[in-house]
Amino acid sequence: MTTRTRDRYLSDNPRFLAGVFMAPTIIYILALVGFPFVLAIIYAFTDITTGSPDLEFVGFDTFRAVLADPVFRRALANTFWFAVISNLFVVILATGLAELLTRDFKGKWFVRFLILLPWVAPVSLATITWLWTFDSIFSPIDWVLRQVGLISENMFWLGRPQLAMASVITVQVWRIAPLAAVIVMAGLTAIPNEINDAVAVDGAGPWRRLFQITIPLLAPIIAVAVLFGVILTISDMSVVFVLTRGGPTHSTQVLSTWAFFKGIEGGALGQGAAVALFLFPVLVGITAVVLRLARRREVL
Amino acid sequence: MRPAWQRADVAELRTRSRRRHRLGRVGIYVTAVFFAFLAVFPFSWALISMFKRSSDLYVKANNPFWLNEPPTLDHVRLLFLETNYLTFVRNSIVVGLAVTLVTLLFALPTAYALARLRLRWGERMGIAIFLVYLVPPTLLFIPMTRVINYLGLQESLWSLILVYPTITIPISAWLLMGYFKGIPMDLEEQAMVDGYSRLGAISRVVLPLILPGVIAVIVFAFTLSAHEFIYALAFNKSSAVKTIATGVPTELVRGDVFFWQSLQAAVVLVAIPLALLFNAFLDRFISGFTMGAVKG
Repeated sequence: MTTRTRDRYLSDNPRFLAGVFMAPTIIYILALVGFPFVLAIIYAFTDITTGSPDLEFVGFDTFRAVLADPVFRRALANTFWFAVISNLFVVILATGLAELLTRDFKGKWFVRFLILLPWVAPVSLATITWLWTFDSIFSPIDWVLRQVGLISENMFWLGRPQLAMASVITVQVWRIAPLAAVIVMAGLTAIPNEINDAVAVDGAGPWRRLFQITIPLLAPIIAVAVLFGVILTISDMSVVFVLTRGGPTHSTQVLSTWAFFKGIEGGALGQGAAVALFLFPVLVGITAVVLRLARRREVL
Repeated sequence: MRPAWQRADVAELRTRSRRRHRLGRVGIYVTAVFFAFLAVFPFSWALISMFKRSSDLYVKANNPFWLNEPPTLDHVRLLFLETNYLTFVRNSIVVGLAVTLVTLLFALPTAYALARLRLRWGERMGIAIFLVYLVPPTLLFIPMTRVINYLGLQESLWSLILVYPTITIPISAWLLMGYFKGIPMDLEEQAMVDGYSRLGAISRVVLPLILPGVIAVIVFAFTLSAHEFIYALAFNKSSAVKTIATGVPTELVRGDVFFWQSLQAAVVLVAIPLALLFNAFLDRFISGFTMGAVKG
């Protein structure tokens, strides 16, 4: 019986169907991701503001103005370091968390529920609980530290540059680690039990197993978790916006908040777009890594 | 029969592994409590704060982890009756529903085509669609604000309904692709042999089987509509069209006056239902992710 020789309906034709099924998505994405993206690049080479919305090309002047601003350089460095430091902690915590969540134990359901909370609560709302936790007067952390006699005056977590930076990183790690754990878990469950059993029979201890089996086998999936983590940290604005608004005196400013303050609140659309565009090289780098992984390891 | 030295080894190995096992159990609980504490610490502080009286909360020496005075529901009541909290919740739900619908309408056919129609450029297209996910709102929100203004959609929920699918469609198509690939081609072909058209076979045989994937997409689209911050902040400034993500942090703080208890209530009342929802679907997400990941 050959059913595939003749299509009874037009929609049975794979080529026709593919066109109908793909076209809407392709058009949608070209119109609402492709076009704004091109616009962002165009804006960055003009001096467009909300007050004078005409596109007048000024070459690299906008970039020069942006680069000359010390706040911008601070934001660029912060974006980089926040992403690197947060994701270092995220990887360590997520691997531990994933190991834990693939075991069977009583009350696992509840533990999993609690551990997921930071990830599933909207970031800007979850950050509010931290804003309250780091409160200059009523911080419960300060209360504990005062009780045990470690400090006599409050810490002012968000009032001092270094502590404020540490606070931002803490919140990022706290909210991303659960997601990274879920991703790593997917990888752990994909490692066949036979491998672990075989290695255990061969007499390898848990540490050796961790470093010689689990980590090498997990490396690609950990890379995926890091990719997501980096994208989430460099593109996030809500943590800094809610926690410090970039302060004190711009010490926690990142590219996303600076682009927002410049472009939306300040109305300097060209400069805002230029600031945001500095994320692009990082994203290209990440994209290259993703593509490489996709080809080599069949993870993506 | 093995030589004696080997048997001794085996016996020792057994006791060692038993001991390790018992230590392992304790270790597991200690780690579980440790991680759970880290995750939940600010929420527990929020949960207690929302029931505290101001005369209890705003005393520096009071134990913050204890209700030093009887609990009160005043601040929760204030949140529901005297703020726009319910409007924000409603807006998030409306946007979530609409975004889910748009996402499924676009992502289902795309995922099907990529997974099933053996297109020559199918694999590359799949990767290209995934890469769209790597272009974050942070990069696009400034020109996007202009586009939205040009379309006259600013200060309305339509702006969000139009723009959020740019985030949800790529990731959903990717996720659904994995589910489609998990269903044997034979099932569909059999249905076609039995007289269904391809569309009939898809809707009657394939779609019911990928329901778990569809549910995952629904949960994802809803969560995004509750989470998204930059676009919502840039497009909509009047409180009638704010979502919970932007409404709570911007409206419940007036100038320098923080309504701390009500703020914490606003957070807790959103976070807990979302966490329950996610917990219920976590296993599906994991299997979906691995399917998309391993079989892609």
